[in-house]
Amino acid sequence: MPVAFAIAIVAVLPWLVPTFVVFDLMFVGSYAIAILGLVILTGMNGQISLGHGAFMALGGYVVAVLAHAAGWPYWASIPIAAVACGAFGLLFGLIALRLAGVYLALATFSLAVATPSFLKHYKSITGGFGGMSLQGVSAPAGIPLDAQRWLYYVIWAVTGLAFLASALLVRGKFGRALRALRDNPIAAVSFGVNPYVYKTLAFGWSAVLAGVAGALFAIPTAYVSPDTFSFALSITLLIGAVLGGIGTFWGALVGGAVIEFLPFVAQQVNAAAPSVVYGVALILVMLFVPNGVVGGVLGLVRRVRSAPPKTT
Amino acid sequence: MRPTVRTIASGLLAAFLAAGSSSALAPAAAADPGVSDTEIVLGGTHPFSGPASAYGNIGKGIGAYFDYLNDHGGINGRKIKWIDKDDGYSPPQAVQLVHQLVEQEHVFVVFDTLGTAVNTAIRPYLNQQSVPQLFVATGATTWGKDYKQYPWTIGWQPDYQAESILYAQDVLREHPKAKIGVIYQNDDYGEDMNAGLKKGLGSHQNLIVKMASYETSDPNVSSQIATLKGAGCDTVMIFATPKFAIQSMVAIAQQSWHPLIYLNNVANAIPYMRAVMKAAGPTAANGIITTYYLKDPANHTRYASDAGMKLYNEIMTKYLPSGDKDDGNYLYGISIAYTMADVLRRAGKDLTRKKVMDIASNLTEKDNPWVYPGVVIRTSPTFRFPITQMIMAKWLSTDWSPTGVLADTRALTMAATK
Repeated sequence: MPVAFAIAIVAVLPWLVPTFVVFDLMFVGSYAIAILGLVILTGMNGQISLGHGAFMALGGYVVAVLAHAAGWPYWASIPIAAVACGAFGLLFGLIALRLAGVYLALATFSLAVATPSFLKHYKSITGGFGGMSLQGVSAPAGIPLDAQRWLYYVIWAVTGLAFLASALLVRGKFGRALRALRDNPIAAVSFGVNPYVYKTLAFGWSAVLAGVAGALFAIPTAYVSPDTFSFALSITLLIGAVLGGIGTFWGALVGGAVIEFLPFVAQQVNAAAPSVVYGVALILVMLFVPNGVVGGVLGLVRRVRSAPPKTT
Repeated sequence: MRPTVRTIASGLLAAFLAAGSSSALAPAAAADPGVSDTEIVLGGTHPFSGPASAYGNIGKGIGAYFDYLNDHGGINGRKIKWIDKDDGYSPPQAVQLVHQLVEQEHVFVVFDTLGTAVNTAIRPYLNQQSVPQLFVATGATTWGKDYKQYPWTIGWQPDYQAESILYAQDVLREHPKAKIGVIYQNDDYGEDMNAGLKKGLGSHQNLIVKMASYETSDPNVSSQIATLKGAGCDTVMIFATPKFAIQSMVAIAQQSWHPLIYLNNVANAIPYMRAVMKAAGPTAANGIITTYYLKDPANHTRYASDAGMKLYNEIMTKYLPSGDKDDGNYLYGISIAYTMADVLRRAGKDLTRKKVMDIASNLTEKDNPWVYPGVVIRTSPTFRFPITQMIMAKWLSTDWSPTGVLADTRALTMAATK
C-alpha cells in the first residue's frame, strides 16, 4: 500500500512540477539507489564505506565509454555498468573482509581519492581531464513523451527495480544473516552464518547499486569527467544516508532527495555562504533527529500512538 | 506499520510539492526569453564554495558592475538582472543549475560560467536550446576553435596555449641554449600550457630537460622543484595556480637556486608576488618573467592616474565595500561584464539571442577600461578568440615592468588551431 502510494507520486510528479525540477528529480533517483547500497552495507551489515563515489564513477564511465567506443545505446549499458561494478565490488569486498570499522572507512576513502587521478591518467580510454560528452536521450518513436519526462520515467523505473530487487534480496535468509553479523558476529558464526560469504556479497551488491546509480547519474548530465565524481561525492552519499535514515529503504529515498535539494535550498537561504547553511542543517538534524528524517518521523509516530510498533 | 509508512509517503508528497510550487508560479516564458521592456535577465554560475572558491569573486565583480550600470541608466533603457548561482566547481551541479537558469529563470543568455569542465558539461545543452553561452571564464582552446559544432559558445580571455607559445618564443630568442624545467598542474590547464610550450619550441623541444607535475591535493611542491634542480635545469616554467606557484617560487629561493623563471598569468597578481617576497626575501622575485592582458589593481603606482582604475575603485567602494580591491578576480569580473554590456548595447532595442551572438562573434571593442592599455577585444565569425594580445613583463623589486611591445598571438592561435 505505501509502495503503491510512492509509485503513484513518482508517476504523477513530472506533470505537476516545472521541467527543471523534473530534471533534478532524475538525480534524486540516482542518489537514492547509491544510498540504498549504503543502507544495505552500512545500515544492515555495519560495514562503513567512504568510497561509493568511486563505484558510481565506474558505472558512469562504463556508460560513457561504451557509448563512445562501441556506440552502445544508454539503456543497454546500464546492466553492463551493474555487472562491472558488482565484479569490482566483490573483489574489493574480499579486501574489506580483513578490515573493520575505521580501517575499512579509510581503505574505501582511498578508493574515492584515487579515482579522479586514475581517470585522468588513462586518458585514451576516459578522455582524461576533459571527460566525455554523451548523446542526449529522446523518447523512442511512438511514445508521446518529451525527452525530459521520458528519461525521468526510465530512471525511476530502474530505481524501482533496484529497490524491488534489494527488498527481495534482504527479505529472507540473506538479510537476517547480514543483520546477525552486524549485531553479534560470534553468535552469527556459531549459528552457521559464513561471515566471509555474506560480507563480501553485501559489498558486491552495494557496489552493483552504486554502479547503476553512476550510470543513471551520467545519462541525464550527458557528460562525465573526473570532477563529476570527486571524493566529496562519496561523503555526500554517506551524509544522505545518515540524514535520510540509514536503517530503512525509505531513508535512502529521502536521503536522495535531501542531498539533491539541500544545496539549492541552502543557496536560497544565504547566497553568500551556502556551505555554512548546509553545515548548520547537518548539525541540527544530527542533534534533533539522530536517526535521520525517516527515523525521526517513525519515532514521532511511535510516540503519538504510544504503542510499540511491530518489528519488521 | 502500514499507516506509518503512509504518513511518510504523504509527507514526501507534501515536501515535493512544496519544493516545486514556488517555481510553478513563475510567469510563462515571453516571446523573447529574458527580455522585457524594463529588464534583461542574465544568468551565470561560479564556484562560491569548494576548492576553487577564490574565483567566486569574479561573479561578485560582475554583479558590482551591473549594479553600477543600472544606477547609471542601464542599457538602452533596460536594467540588467544578474542571477549568479554556486556550482561548487562541479560539472553535474552546473548542468542542473543551468537547466534551472534557462527553464525557470528564463535567462536571456548564460554569461561567464567558470572552469573548463563546467563549461564542457553545459555546452551541448545550451547549444541545443540555442541559448548563448557567452564569454566563458576559461582559456582552453576549444571555446574559440569548435564554433562550427557549438555556434552559441564563445570564450574571452587569451587561450592558454598562446600564452606558453609566447614564453617558448622568448626562450628561443633570448636563451637559445636554455635547459628548461617545467612544473605543471596535472589537469587540463597544465596540459594546455605544456602543449603551447611544445608548439612554440617546435623543433627545439629537446630544450625541455625535465617535467614535474603536481596534483591540487598535494600539500606542497618542494620535491618537484628539487627534481628540476637536480636535473640541471637553468630555466623554470611555472604552469601552476596561485597557491602552488607561490610555493614553487619560495622553494626555488630556499634551495638557493637561481634559474630564469617564467610565471604563468593566472598566478602573477601582485599580492602573490608580495607573499613570495615576504617568505623568501625582498629580492627573491627579481627577474621573473610573465604576461599580462588586464590591468593589475594592486599596482597602485602605475595606474595612479588611470581613469579606468579610478572607476574600478569607485565601483568597488560603492558596490562591493567588503571586497579587497587588490584582488584581480574582481577586476576580471568587472572587465568581462563591460564586454557583456557592450555587446547588449550594440544589439540595440530589439534584442534577440541570435543578434547578440552575431555581435559577440563580430566584435571590435577598443575601449574596455580594464584591459592592458592597447589591448583590443576582437572577434570575427571565423575567429573566436576575443583577447589575443598580451604584454610580457619582468618583476623589478616591487612591480611588474613591461618589456617590449604588446604581442599579438592571433596568427599563432590561428595556425595552432587549424
